[in-house]
Formats: sequence, structure tokens, C-alpha cells
Amino acid sequence: MVQRRRLLDFLPHLILMIGVAIVAFPVYVAFIASTWDAATISNGSMPLRPGPHFAENYYRTIFIGTSSSTREPVGTMMLNSLIMALTIAIGKIAISLISAFAVVYFRFPFRMTAFWIIFVTLMLPVEVRIFPTYKIVADLNMLDTFAGLTIPLIASATATLLFRQFFMTVPDELVEASKIDGAGPMKFFFDTLLPLSITSVAAMFVIQFIYGWNQYLWPLLITTKDNMQTIVIAIKKMIVTQDALTEWQLAMATAILAMLPPVFVVVVMQRLFVKGLVETEK
Amino acid sequence: MEKRVVFNGRLLPYLLLAPQLLITLVFFYWPAGQAVIQSFLVQDAFGLSTEFVWFENYQVLFSKPDYYKSMLTTAIFSSLVAFFSLSIALLLAVQADRHIKFAAGYKTLLIWPYAVAPAVAGVLWLFMFQPSLGIISQAVRVAGFEWNPLLRQDHAMTLVVMSATWKQISYNFLFFLAGLQAIPKSVIEAAAIDGARPARRFWTIIFPLLSPTTFFLLVVNIVYVFFDTFGIIDAATQGGPAKGTETMVYKVYSDGRSGGDLGGSAAQSVVLMVIVIVLTAIQFRYVERKVQY
Repeated sequence: MVQRRRLLDFLPHLILMIGVAIVAFPVYVAFIASTWDAATISNGSMPLRPGPHFAENYYRTIFIGTSSSTREPVGTMMLNSLIMALTIAIGKIAISLISAFAVVYFRFPFRMTAFWIIFVTLMLPVEVRIFPTYKIVADLNMLDTFAGLTIPLIASATATLLFRQFFMTVPDELVEASKIDGAGPMKFFFDTLLPLSITSVAAMFVIQFIYGWNQYLWPLLITTKDNMQTIVIAIKKMIVTQDALTEWQLAMATAILAMLPPVFVVVVMQRLFVKGLVETEK
Repeated sequence: MEKRVVFNGRLLPYLLLAPQLLITLVFFYWPAGQAVIQSFLVQDAFGLSTEFVWFENYQVLFSKPDYYKSMLTTAIFSSLVAFFSLSIALLLAVQADRHIKFAAGYKTLLIWPYAVAPAVAGVLWLFMFQPSLGIISQAVRVAGFEWNPLLRQDHAMTLVVMSATWKQISYNFLFFLAGLQAIPKSVIEAAAIDGARPARRFWTIIFPLLSPTTFFLLVVNIVYVFFDTFGIIDAATQGGPAKGTETMVYKVYSDGRSGGDLGGSAAQSVVLMVIVIVLTAIQFRYVERKVQY
């Protein structure tokens, strides 16, 4: 043990507490704002303690929505976001699992070509090819559909690489045992490999759920109908720049609702989340 | 590394790869290829005829002061976010590492902003710094400082840097803490026995041993600012005022939206692709080095 000093023992806690407070402050302010009425906020006299309009604001946000900008209850948008996030996460995991399985457990012509085709997509984030991709989705008549919202984002080099790496560590004896038992490749995949991969799959799910839920640029382009909006793009629409009409209390309630599911996932499944983050960076 | 024991199958592996390859080809390679081809073409004003023009679109792009401005904005934005999010995260990680008993608790309290959508982060900070009703703008106005991110470019930049930093601290903190815990305690104890004070121990031992983590995070942070801050900018400033916070990715979007110059917009996309390829290559070279290390 390195020598102890009384001051040095307390100082770290102080710095960390200040750090935690600064990190939490913007969310605290948003929560407070979501419990006051529009007038209190817009004349700039909002106190830093919860106000009396909590139930009213959240009820209006979830079931009715803002009057002018988004025209849909936020409840519908949360459902849209949930469908999008789950489809993207599950889709990515499913197609990456089977492609990693094919690359690791089979020998066939163009095996490495296929692997590299998938690998190179790491270098093509949606932001750099946004308008050509939009045009293809439009040509395929997939605008304003969940298919258009999710399928183009489902291919995943990261997940394929991660599962490939994991499969490499699975002992060969298990394959031999399955073969002796007369099991075919798909039986081996479902009965042996999948149960072994469950932690990696769960870690990947946490990361990809957050990724899917937080999508912004893609839904902004793909959705034009009010009832297809996701909650993340709706928040921005609620804020009318340089306009007194912004209903800040509802916008902030929406922000809180938009944060809840992904933050909940991170806090509750922290171990899987950290595992997923560390592994996707390998 | 290859598996020694494999399954036989002629058709099955192709079937297993089909969904991933199909999506990749249709939604990644096809549009990327389109962007490359379009960047060499010019369309007339009515979209009736197209002409192959070699590198003219790139020449036009690189002769516009606009484009250099967005490059400069991206560079400033990336360096500020990387600098602040790395130093704050390192400061916090070093403190948490000293009290490893409580580190897990602080970790939970610090990592959750990772899960907040960039656009939501932008809105949260915009609300606090909104010129007329924001809680912090009011406080600084009382102190005699006129804050207005809607009019002043440096204020708008400060606003997006703060939101982007806030979101990235959690990620950097996690990796710094892991890096710190991997440093053998015996090295630090040896230095302490030799009489090195905490500050000296940090700068001569811990910081150099942490440099692989720092370098890795630097690259990750730059990639983050390039591609993941779109939501923050769009929600907080829309690239304004007067394009003061328009990064290269935001420019592709806003130029493409206003329509017209397809070739120029495609050329911008291609330049961005080259940047991602360079960044990814740096990242992978480094990862290989770490494996040998």
C-alpha cells in the first residue's frame, strides 16, 4: 500500500461527487422543467425544485402530445422507437450470428471474400452515404415503413467480428462430439453454440438496443408521416427556435421519457453493457 | 487462426451468409458506389443530361472557402471535445482508482450519459443555455456576461462542445478506469518507496503507462465527433449561427437537403469516406500493436 494522507483520502471523493453532480445537473434541470407550467418557464423564473404540474404534463405528453409541432401523442412515438430499437438489435444479432457461424465453421469458395465484404462496411457509416441510401429506400417504396427504418441499419460488421472472435475460442472437441452424436451443423448451432454464446449475445443486445433507440438522422429522413415519428426526432421538432411558442415543459417531459429506456438498460445491465462496449472495440 | 474441425456443406454456408451480404450490398456498397460515380458527373439544371467531368466536382469543392470553413469547424470541434472529455474523464478515473472500493458505485453514477441520444443531449444543454429563459444564461447575465448562442458563433460552438463532451465522458471514464486498474501496483509502490510524490508518480509512471489507452480513446473520440454529433448539432444550433457550427457531416446533410448540386454533395461524401478509412486504419494498426504488447 502506498502511503496514506488524510487530505488525499477525502479529495478523490470530493472531486468525484462534483463530477457526478455536474453530469447529473442537465437531467435534473430537465426533470424540474417537466413539472412546471409553460408560463413559469418562459418568463425565466423557474425555481430549482419540483413544481406542481408533474402528473398533468406527463399525462398530456404521453396521451395527447404537443398542440402545434408534432401532432401525435408521445406514447405512439415511444412505441415506434421501441419497435425500431428491438428490430435493429435482434436483426443485427441474428444475421451476424449466422454469418459468423458460416465463416468460422465451414470451408467454401470465397469465404474470405465474404468476410471482407462485411468487414469493409465498418468504413461506410450511414452519415457518409446518406442521400444515395435514402434514394434506394425511396425507390424500393420503403419510406414511412418500419422495414425502411430498420433493414438498412441491420447489417453489422461489429457484431459479426465479435461473434467470429467468440466462436474461435469454442473448443473443437465440442464439434467433434456433436459430429459423433450424428448432429448436423444447424443442430450444433442451436443446441451447443447458441447456449454458449448467450452472454456475448446479451452484451451485444444492450449496445445495439441503445444504438437503435438513439437513431436520429436516419428516421429524420425516412419518416414523413406523423404517426411514424420516433421519440428522439420528435423532441427536436418541439423546439421552435427563437419562438415563444415552444412548450418547454412538454419538450422536457419528452426528453426524460426518451432517456428512460436506454438509461434503464445501461444501469440495470451494467455488467453486460461494459462487456459489450469493451468487446466491440477489440 | 482457423478452425481445424469444420462441417461439410455446399449450399448451407451461402444461405447463412445471404441475409447479411444482401443487406450489405444493397444498402452499403450500392449507395457508396453511387456516391463515387456521381462525384465524377455533372447534371444540367433540369436533370436531363449528365456529363462525365473527371475531378471537376472535387476542384469546385476545394475551391470553396465554405468547405475549408467546415473542415476548420470540424477540427476545432474535435480537438476541444477530445481534450475536455479525455482530461475530465482521466481526472475522475484517477480519483475512482484511488478508492477502488467505491469505484463501482461511482461508475454507475457516471456511465449512464452514454445511453442518452445525442439529439436529446443537445436539447438538454440548449435548454440550460437558452438566451432568455435558460437557467445558466440567466446566471451569467447577472454576472454581467451577455450569452447568446443564437447570435454568436463562439457561444454556439461552446454549447455544442459542452453537450458532446458531457456525453463522451462516460465512455472515456470506463476505458481509463480499466487502463488504470491494469497498471501493476508494484510499479507505483516502488516509485513511492523511492520518494516520488503523487503528482510525480502520475506524470512519470501512470500517464506514460496509460498512453495506449489514451491514444485509442483519442481516435475513438475523433470518430465520435465526426459522425455521432450530428444529432447534437441539429438539435442545438442547426449548424448556425451563419454556419459557425457546421461540421463536414452536417454540411453533407444541409447541402444535400437544399438539393441541386448532386455531384458536389457526392464528392463531399467521398471525402468523408476517405477520412473514415484513414481513421479505421489507424485504429486497427494500433490494435495489432496492442496484441503484441
